[in-house]
Amino acid sequence: MSKEQISGADALLRSLHEEGVELVFGYPGGAVLHIYDAIFNQDKVEHVLVRHEQGAVHAADGYARSSGKPGVAIVTSGPGATNAITGIATAYMDSTPVVVISGQVRSGLIGTDSFQETDMIGVSRPIVKHSFLVQKAEDIPSIVKKAFHIATTGRPGPVVIDVPKDITDIGYTFDFEYPKEIDIRSYKPVKEGHPGQIKRAVKLLLRAKKPVIYSGGGVIQDNASSELIKLAKLLDFPVTNTLMGLGAYPGSDPKFLGMLGMHGTYEANMAMHNCDLILAVGARFDDRITNNPDKFSLSAKKIHIDIDPASLSKIINIDVPVVGSAKECLHQIIEELGTQSHKIDHEKLEPWHQQISAWKEAHGLNHNLLDQKPAGGKILPQQVIQSLYKETKGEAFITSDVGQHQMFAAQYYFFNKPRRWINSGGLGTMGFGLPSAMGVQFAFPDSDVVCVTGEGSIQMCIQELSTCLQYNLPIKIINLNNAALGMVKQWQDMQYGGRHSSSTYENSLPDFVALAKSYGHAGIKVKKYEDLELAMKECFAMKGKLVFLDVDVDPEEHVYPMLEAGMSMKDMHLSKEIKTW
Amino acid sequence: MKRTVALLMENQSGALSRVVGLFSQRGYNIESLIVAATEDPSLSRLTMTTTGDEKVIEQITKQLNKLIDVVKVLDLGESDYVERELMLVKFANESITRETIKKLNGEIVFENNELLNIQFVGSSEELDQVLKNLASSHPLEIVRTGASGISSNLKTLTI
Ligand SMILES: Cc1ncc(C[n+]2csc(CCOP(=O)(O)OP(=O)(O)O)c2C)c(N)n1
Ligand SMILES: [Mg+2]
Repeated sequence: MSKEQISGADALLRSLHEEGVELVFGYPGGAVLHIYDAIFNQDKVEHVLVRHEQGAVHAADGYARSSGKPGVAIVTSGPGATNAITGIATAYMDSTPVVVISGQVRSGLIGTDSFQETDMIGVSRPIVKHSFLVQKAEDIPSIVKKAFHIATTGRPGPVVIDVPKDITDIGYTFDFEYPKEIDIRSYKPVKEGHPGQIKRAVKLLLRAKKPVIYSGGGVIQDNASSELIKLAKLLDFPVTNTLMGLGAYPGSDPKFLGMLGMHGTYEANMAMHNCDLILAVGARFDDRITNNPDKFSLSAKKIHIDIDPASLSKIINIDVPVVGSAKECLHQIIEELGTQSHKIDHEKLEPWHQQISAWKEAHGLNHNLLDQKPAGGKILPQQVIQSLYKETKGEAFITSDVGQHQMFAAQYYFFNKPRRWINSGGLGTMGFGLPSAMGVQFAFPDSDVVCVTGEGSIQMCIQELSTCLQYNLPIKIINLNNAALGMVKQWQDMQYGGRHSSSTYENSLPDFVALAKSYGHAGIKVKKYEDLELAMKECFAMKGKLVFLDVDVDPEEHVYPMLEAGMSMKDMHLSKEIKTW
Repeated sequence: MKRTVALLMENQSGALSRVVGLFSQRGYNIESLIVAATEDPSLSRLTMTTTGDEKVIEQITKQLNKLIDVVKVLDLGESDYVERELMLVKFANESITRETIKKLNGEIVFENNELLNIQFVGSSEELDQVLKNLASSHPLEIVRTGASGISSNLKTLTI
């Protein structure tokens, strides 16, 4: 009775609906015309027409990162598929659950260099968690089921479903039945940590005198923030978060060290270097964290909890590796601590906390810049973030692009909740900010969604301003306009004798306010420090409107601290003049 | 250090390219690779020899295990195992004597009045040695399959 004769295209939409998908981002074309007709003929799954396939995947990604639900994008074959690649690689590097459905030429044409044919399975192979080429329409339900299962479980990641056009042909129908369960014999991610390893970890935790909890994106992905906070409080341990992990531990908590790594705070990097124990959770010791792995935190014992066994001891040797989900393993550790006979001794951590306070005191970030008129007269980019924080009370969803503005946002906005900070940490994709903000705004229509960007990055997906008008997305774009590819310029200042090779635009920047207006949005230009806070207020007062706030910031500003390449985590530039080594 | 890794994977299009792609993507070497369907037609068994230190081999097996198409991985070098490779060598008829062939445990698998095709079986190292000994007989063509292996204990690579 439950069986029904439908086409492959309808089956695809039905399968998406069965997976709980309410929204897909996409762009039509020849190979997906059957699918688009099926979209037209139903009302369960809403389709959002973007302006570029990269935008579709980033939007799906932003939706996924903010909501925790998988994001879905649909693109056509050939150029549609290749345009999606940057989005897929972005999702892959940050392990986010995105399902990309790409059209393919008819099965019979595959391999003949036919019109708009690209070997999508081949091209995407190194940047997907898995991919499927659909070979018959009847396989659609089980493939979709598998795709969502793979994308969302274990270490999440993007999955591509490549669908040849004939598979979705309306002329062919079959019995549709959606599988309730799926078994993939080669894929059984573990959740629980090995009890022996948990015990070993607890022993080390209790022995530590100078501990640090270093948590990453895995804690956010696994919704393990409350367990992380609970454990940190129980042990009275300080916490640092990676760029991907911001918000997992409250940014304004006194025991929070801030972000660590390349542009991490002085106290976070010093604590990592000098500690006697690191508890790493859902983080992967990548090169932007460790600096030179041979000089990384030499005196610390290391516990590493990760869902991906391949992340353990990949770069840094780990004393107690624990394979399992962040949430489950943290929970196990908390339970185990509860059963331990000996008491947790907070006293012995006191000197360590004092040391950290002293570091913070000496070279911590100045979070009160907003009150002082900048000496050089130009608005400091950090002040814009502080003003944004003040205006949104730390409650906004912030997406970002890549560059100095991204680092300033990460350093100066206190993220007190998980899934509020959405950025491309792994791939570092300029152009991610605006389309991902669209995904966030769709997931949270009533929340403030802000895209902190630079005049370089925003131009990489600027076309999505049009999508924002079509769907009425009141995103606030905060453009830290330093009239340069600032991060590139900073490296050129520091390592190439100030030779700014192709990092400025020679007065070719558009008038962003006029540009935003021509797309039907509002725009505000800020040039003076005195106008900043008022403009910020005005921006957020325009409730139902997208506002492009274009702020001229001091182009001479660098992001500090900055780790010195090839050295340890304690070796930082703290300003243009001060180095720690 | 040379290591032999064996794995079972889904016998379907795309699986092999994922395994091979992983090696180039992550910068690992493949010295030899051999793959065929198993008695269970849904599975293929692949044996590869690679080089790397302990850490690299550990990463390789972990990364292979992550591939959805890979069902099971066994680092054969973890315990005793038997490794065998097949080599076929072609000679002009007069360039090699029966005696030499016999001494090197070769088996003539084809002959006519022009040429001889000879089969050798052994570990890859043994075959390297055989080749050295054959050099003076001027082989016309040499083909090696690459090593396959099986553990010498009750631990099996099966599902
Ligand atoms: C697609 C892409 N191309 C190039 C880069 C290299 N890159 C990193 S930061 C940066 C400059 C970004 O300029 P802008 O968006 O204005 O940010 P700013 O650093 O000035 O704040 C560039 C070019 C990148 N990350 N992504
Ligand atoms: Mg810039």
